[in-house]
Amino acid sequence: MNIFEIIRFAIRGLIANGLRSALTTLGILIGVGSVIVLTAVGNGSSKAISSSIEKLGTNTITVQRGGGGFGPSARNRQGATKPLTVADTIALVDPVMAPHIKQAAPVANASGVTCTNGAESSSPSTFSGTWPAYFEASNTPVHIGTYFTNDDVTEGRRVAVIGKTTATELFGTDSPISKVVQCGGIPFTVVGVADTKGSNGFQDGDSLLIAPVTAVQRTLTGYQSLSSIIVQAKSAAVQDLAQNEIQAILDPRHLVKSDATRDYRLLNQASLLQTTTDTNQVFTVLLAAVAAISLLVGGIGITNIMLVTVVERTREIGIRKAIGAPRSAILGQFLIEATILSLLGGVLGVIAGFVGSHFTIVGVKPVIVPSSVFLAFGVSVLIGLFFGGYPASRAASLRPIEALRHE
Amino acid sequence: MTAVIDVRNVIKRYGVGDAAIFALNDVSLSIEQGEYVAIMGPSGSGKSTLMNIMGALDNVTAGEYFLDGIDVSSLGENELSIVRGRKIGFIFQSFNLVPRTSALANVELPLAYQGIKLKERRMRALKALDLVGLSDRVNHEPTELSGGQQQRAAVARALVTRPALLLADEPTGALDSKSTEDLLDLFDQINEAGRTVVVITHENDVAARAKRIIRMRDGKIIEDVLNAKKIA
Ligand SMILES: Nc1ncnc2c1ncn2[C@@H]1O[C@H](COP(=O)(O)OP(=O)(O)O)[C@@H](O)[C@H]1O
Ligand SMILES: [Mg+2]
Repeated sequence: MNIFEIIRFAIRGLIANGLRSALTTLGILIGVGSVIVLTAVGNGSSKAISSSIEKLGTNTITVQRGGGGFGPSARNRQGATKPLTVADTIALVDPVMAPHIKQAAPVANASGVTCTNGAESSSPSTFSGTWPAYFEASNTPVHIGTYFTNDDVTEGRRVAVIGKTTATELFGTDSPISKVVQCGGIPFTVVGVADTKGSNGFQDGDSLLIAPVTAVQRTLTGYQSLSSIIVQAKSAAVQDLAQNEIQAILDPRHLVKSDATRDYRLLNQASLLQTTTDTNQVFTVLLAAVAAISLLVGGIGITNIMLVTVVERTREIGIRKAIGAPRSAILGQFLIEATILSLLGGVLGVIAGFVGSHFTIVGVKPVIVPSSVFLAFGVSVLIGLFFGGYPASRAASLRPIEALRHE
Repeated sequence: MTAVIDVRNVIKRYGVGDAAIFALNDVSLSIEQGEYVAIMGPSGSGKSTLMNIMGALDNVTAGEYFLDGIDVSSLGENELSIVRGRKIGFIFQSFNLVPRTSALANVELPLAYQGIKLKERRMRALKALDLVGLSDRVNHEPTELSGGQQQRAAVARALVTRPALLLADEPTGALDSKSTEDLLDLFDQINEAGRTVVVITHENDVAARAKRIIRMRDGKIIEDVLNAKKIA
């Protein structure tokens, strides 16, 4: 009896037990596929966050209201905080006091604003009023149309640069340039569409509207406080010097006596990366745990079906031995059956994983981790082989009469 | 003549202590090449147990068994499988066809395990199925066959390897009188061709076709006679 005959027997055995074969394959498929997709989602979101932080530019410093950022005691500081204002921003742009600051821009965010264009509507996740300097500092180049100008800011004109998502939601495939959108009842004329930024894992970077700070403050946010000030250092190398200059300018304006009582904080790319890396690590560990559990559950499923198969077919093994089947033929048949099922399920699972990773899942574009593919595939195939092969080998060494008595 | 079957003081015990059952209690039996033997006895007398031991499907508790001069206890399970495939054709009381597999594939199976090529074994399997009158049912699976048809497929499977020894455990149990008659004619032919036939039965007219009749009771052989009518 040669190997081809045994393979034919195995295939015939699989077809004869069609439903069980299909269920085993499905079990392996789901186990492998879910591990690949889950780890890809984790990996994708971490990639997206890092790249969106990198997109901020390496020489950007964000000034935010509130303490902290440079020490735990900052959180416990007493007393009221002074708002960040446009005047603070103007003070920062001072070639004498701050020779290492290239430019700065105020950021006034309006939240929950819905914009409409006739029947179409869109709620930009970021709705900011700022200065033209913002576009360079935040690495947001305009793709179609133009930036708004310092003149627009001075005049408080209601013009806006919008993101790709916002443009599509409001105008479909039409050009939005020179069109007017109503945002919270206020008309804004679109002058430009920003380059695609992509998602950062939590937020769509292209759901965006940027307008002159004067217009936004007058109509939507009021003048109390800016959300932040974005500052661009002359280069990444002088970032620390720029930070010191910011503190030297803002501390007297905010009546800060010591580091502990500072009522604003400075975030740079390094500190942002640190925070998000920490968050990401938790996220990745969580997803890895979910993946491990799904692999385990998948593995138990495979084991279960393989064991049931052999137990159910012990009588058949007895019959085959009684009519002269050598051990190698029986073992070979069951091992090949297990191999075919495991490989088929594994390959289909990998395909399912790749297909599944093409879709955006909860706002994240999954990025496949190659090692997860090998791990998931390898583990399921090994489980399939072991639990298909081992009980079969035990059954094959039974006395036929014991196997035949098996019901 | 060499003894095909040589059972010496065999004991087969199931269970231990008070619960022990002696399915075979010191049985000795020798069957020569070309004999046609019927084994009779009431239910539970140890007939099937004896057949399982003669067919090397089961091991003995004590005693010795030589199949064709070979001490069966000296063979490993794998060698035993091969010996069974080459020398013995089994017809089981409960048919024991491979489930979800056509009659043809079932009959081809022992030939496949002997390494016989597809074309030849298909031809031989079809011939064996024809011999038992199952030509029109070759592609049916066991569940699509009646008890009698399953039994005939099992007979075809036992005969297809042209075994030197045919062991049949109540082969006519599921058959009507016409099919019984046909099967017994077949056994006669096989025996005339020089092959050894051992049939377990509790029907007198089945036993009447054998040349030697052995009676069992409580795990012992109580009578072993030649069938005068047949010998004459
Ligand atoms: N696997 C077993 N375990 C325990 N007792 C058994 C087993 N097989 C058979 N027996 C017992 O051995 C005796 C002989 O059984 P068997 O050979 O099947 O008889 P027969 O075929 O003559 O009806 C019976 O008493 C039966 O109950
Ligand atoms: Mg019996």
